[in-house]
Amino acid sequence: MTKKFTKDHEWVQVDGDVATVGVTDFAQSQLGDVVFVELPDAGRVLEKGKEAAVVESVKAASDVYAPVSGTVVEANQALVDDPSMVNSAAETEGWFFKLQLKDASELDGLMDEAAYKAFVEESH
Amino acid sequence: MTEAATALKTTPLHALHVELGARMVPFAGYDMPVQYPLGILKEHQHTREKAGLFDVSHMGQVRLTGVDPAAALETLVPGDIKGLAQGRMRYTLFLNEQGGILDDLMVTNAGDHLFLVVNAACKEQDVAHLREKLAGKAEVELLDDLALMALQGPMAAEVMARFVPEAATMKFMSYLSATFKGVPVILTRSGYTGEDGYEISCDKADAEMIARALLGESEVEAIGLGARDSLRLEAGLCLYGHDIDTTTTPVEGALEWTLPKRRRAEGGFPGYDIIHRQLTEGAARRRVGIQPEGRQPAREHTEIQDANGTVIGEITSGGFGPTAGAPVAMGYVDIANSAVGTSLTLVVRGKPLPARVAATPFVPQRYYRG
Repeated sequence: MTKKFTKDHEWVQVDGDVATVGVTDFAQSQLGDVVFVELPDAGRVLEKGKEAAVVESVKAASDVYAPVSGTVVEANQALVDDPSMVNSAAETEGWFFKLQLKDASELDGLMDEAAYKAFVEESH
Repeated sequence: MTEAATALKTTPLHALHVELGARMVPFAGYDMPVQYPLGILKEHQHTREKAGLFDVSHMGQVRLTGVDPAAALETLVPGDIKGLAQGRMRYTLFLNEQGGILDDLMVTNAGDHLFLVVNAACKEQDVAHLREKLAGKAEVELLDDLALMALQGPMAAEVMARFVPEAATMKFMSYLSATFKGVPVILTRSGYTGEDGYEISCDKADAEMIARALLGESEVEAIGLGARDSLRLEAGLCLYGHDIDTTTTPVEGALEWTLPKRRRAEGGFPGYDIIHRQLTEGAARRRVGIQPEGRQPAREHTEIQDANGTVIGEITSGGFGPTAGAPVAMGYVDIANSAVGTSLTLVVRGKPLPARVAATPFVPQRYYRG
């Protein structure tokens, strides 16, 4: 399974033609205590780089963008019920939604873990 | 650091904030701690359950002296300053000729002078305003050699009594000149969280010693500006520049309680005609508490609609209330929709979010009245 990262601090993990998307541990540390998430409904078609979900911390609201294009197959209901999972398990149980990939080649433009780590260190 | 960051002012506790791992942000021209490693949510809850220490040294502390500084100050504010007993303090407002609010402030009768605490972002203009309007009537001194801290929470009194025993019996909104571990401090039993507690004014040079002494007590955690904002919002307290400003009057701002009977009758403060008319005939809009349904916070500038979809105002402060366990907000609505319980629609990110007008505070205030 490949895990890729965006400059907007989303991660995407691909298993076959289904991609699981969430925000990175760095993103959650910057957001602070998350109190609300709004996730896309199953069946919604998302376009790479466009708004896909909303995450609100005590401090502020932030958009989560689709790292790749595709159709939502599942949203993480457990995260809606307990938004603090974004803080406690950003890159595991705190996933946001799963997408049926439209074009796997879009993944090629994203960063791998080492490149993302360097990006975070360089820009912050 | 960027150029903008180097231009920021710092408080005497800056090095301590950094040492404690605070995330620093620019606020009113100062580099201030927005949160510590505990995080806003836990800092908020800790203050409600135990005690929190806040650095508010960026705020303006002003000394007013003269033959009759109370009479002089009454020409600029609508509060009863002449009737303020020695050792007592009061919340009031600087008003402009339109009845708009220039700043909100605390005034203490310290015996031989009045002691004012004003907002950080307004302090230069407040001092200029006082000096211009009270020329020949009062001397105005900005006490920028002082630091200011707040110790807030249900255990604040117990903690403070270990250092200043006589602080325990101070009543809410009173003042005490005291000694803290050998150094002079001015305590007031006041704050901005809805909890019991104190504000501590001291020499800049003594601030770190006092802060470390208080933080050394097991009940006390350092609390940043993030939790300060959520605490005051739950307590229904206004944030100047957001919930009240030069475009809002005390009547529109639901601050009629700052307009005592004598001043309503006598006037003698800026904007009296407009305020008197609004008190008699009512104002067109009013600041209210707003409770959104569900868990999504509605932030500042969120549009408010009535049941027919007509825009009737906007949110001026909004966020998640950790103690309320729900989103909380305040904002202005037209007077027809200002009764508690009225259904409203908030437009959050283009989508309608149902809400209702709610009574404030969102959590009970727990002041010490003796």
